[in-house]
Amino acid sequence: MNTLSPTTDHAITEAPWIKWSLIGLALSFLALFLVLPLAVVLYGAFEAGINVWWQAITDPDALAAIRLTLLVLIIVVPTNAIFGVAIAWAIAKFEFRGKTLLISIIDMPFAISPVVVGLIFVILFGAQGWFGPWLAAHDLKVIFAVPGIIIVIMFGTLPFVARELIPLMQQQGKDEEEASLTLGANGLKTFWYVTLPNIKWGLLYGVILCNARAMGEFGAVAVVSGRIRGETNTMPLHIEVLYNEYMFTAAFAVSSLLTGLALVTIVLKSMVEWKDERKHKTH
Amino acid sequence: MGKAVMKSVLPGFGITLGFSVLYLSLLFLLPVAGLFLFTLQMSWADFWVAISHPQVVASYKLSFAASFIGATINAVFGTLVAWVLVRYQFLGKKVVDALVDLPFALPTAVAGIALVTLYSTTGWVGQYLYLWGIKVAYSEIGVVIALTYIGLPFVVRTVQPVLADFSKELEEASASLGASRFTTIRRVILPAVLPALLTGYALAFAKAVGEYGSVIFISGNLPYRTEITPLLIVSKAEQYDYNGAAAIGVVMLAAAFILLLIINSLQWWASKRG
Repeated sequence: MNTLSPTTDHAITEAPWIKWSLIGLALSFLALFLVLPLAVVLYGAFEAGINVWWQAITDPDALAAIRLTLLVLIIVVPTNAIFGVAIAWAIAKFEFRGKTLLISIIDMPFAISPVVVGLIFVILFGAQGWFGPWLAAHDLKVIFAVPGIIIVIMFGTLPFVARELIPLMQQQGKDEEEASLTLGANGLKTFWYVTLPNIKWGLLYGVILCNARAMGEFGAVAVVSGRIRGETNTMPLHIEVLYNEYMFTAAFAVSSLLTGLALVTIVLKSMVEWKDERKHKTH
Repeated sequence: MGKAVMKSVLPGFGITLGFSVLYLSLLFLLPVAGLFLFTLQMSWADFWVAISHPQVVASYKLSFAASFIGATINAVFGTLVAWVLVRYQFLGKKVVDALVDLPFALPTAVAGIALVTLYSTTGWVGQYLYLWGIKVAYSEIGVVIALTYIGLPFVVRTVQPVLADFSKELEEASASLGASRFTTIRRVILPAVLPALLTGYALAFAKAVGEYGSVIFISGNLPYRTEITPLLIVSKAEQYDYNGAAAIGVVMLAAAFILLLIINSLQWWASKRG
């Protein structure tokens, strides 16, 4: 490295004043766009004291919204995780026609506006939609009811686990699974003891992202929910209703719960990335 | 027959592929096709009236212009943030790095009410801008702020790994051949990150065009002025004007698929360059 003269060394870094100006500018931008919104939510939630905050989140309508959001998560996250594992298994371990097409289809739900997702299902299952009359005749309700909310959130968070697992499992190949089968283990045992330990961090990562998006989904739910208090309001919709009724403190109180979960999401995501990086380095 | 067995000894192909394709078809492909079929029931004249009404056209202009400005702000500052995170050491860097994902993790409705509270004429930021005569909440600027916010992670997260992988030796070579630091950045580093930068730009733009939750609070939804296109879809659906909503929805779907095509081409270009 003695060929590096001080002048070239200077030429591949910036002068300290430039460096610190760039850091200052970047941090100011992030403070304005990331930290201030966080701060205003927490300030708004606790400004009137912890008792008011507690009242707002234990209000019956708020509790109903929390319960509905949890119900949605319990159904949507495992379903999309199973789909993610299944499609990643098929794509990573086998060769078949149309594979490239299938991979590009998985990305599509990301590109579609949430309100269009909601609209699609209103047109299918709404009172004047394709299946509306049939559903009404059988006394089934999808739109302005819980099933519609679950379906649109499932659609909106469809790709998360699959997108994490497909490249990971493609990279890992199928040698280990083949060895396990040759040694006499059956397919399920091979998946459980060989594949799953290999993909667990990627799977967890996808589940965290899927969960974060599912709890916060708003545009699609806004179209299909009908905002029936205590029945079809998820937490984000409850926040909207409170805000539009000028109950700002209550709106921020419920927001603070989701904000807390968002922060937990970020911490978990960083931890998984850190774990994953360490694993790559030790290999 | 023998060949098919030779290809893989692993089990579960039929059931995993069958389940995946069925799930994708029922939840995604058939419903999207349903929307297209629904608009086919409309006459061309009705469809055209629905998508070219002046109020709707005003919303396209706002949605695309604000998304464009937001994505451009993110291209500049996102590259700056990625550069600072990759190249410099400072206290709290890990926390800052993790925080970049916040717009992705924070529910959009929460972001929406936080932004309008910050930027209203009495808000922490808005009151000072108002002294200068700048009204952010309930104006076009508010829409740009919200769309900048939700697009923030995209450019950072696409440019960051490319910068991290970039070989310092290329910079040294450039410098030892007599290039100034500015020339090295412009002629050596920038071309290397350009495909990733454009990918992040397109992702931020595509996300912004369809965004709803973080915008509707700060925009104030003034007809012909601060109504974004997704808002018109929601209000038409709420008034049971399914034809009008579906027609605009098809326009948005078409725009989304075109953007997706552009993004895929950019990613292909980026992977060829890498």
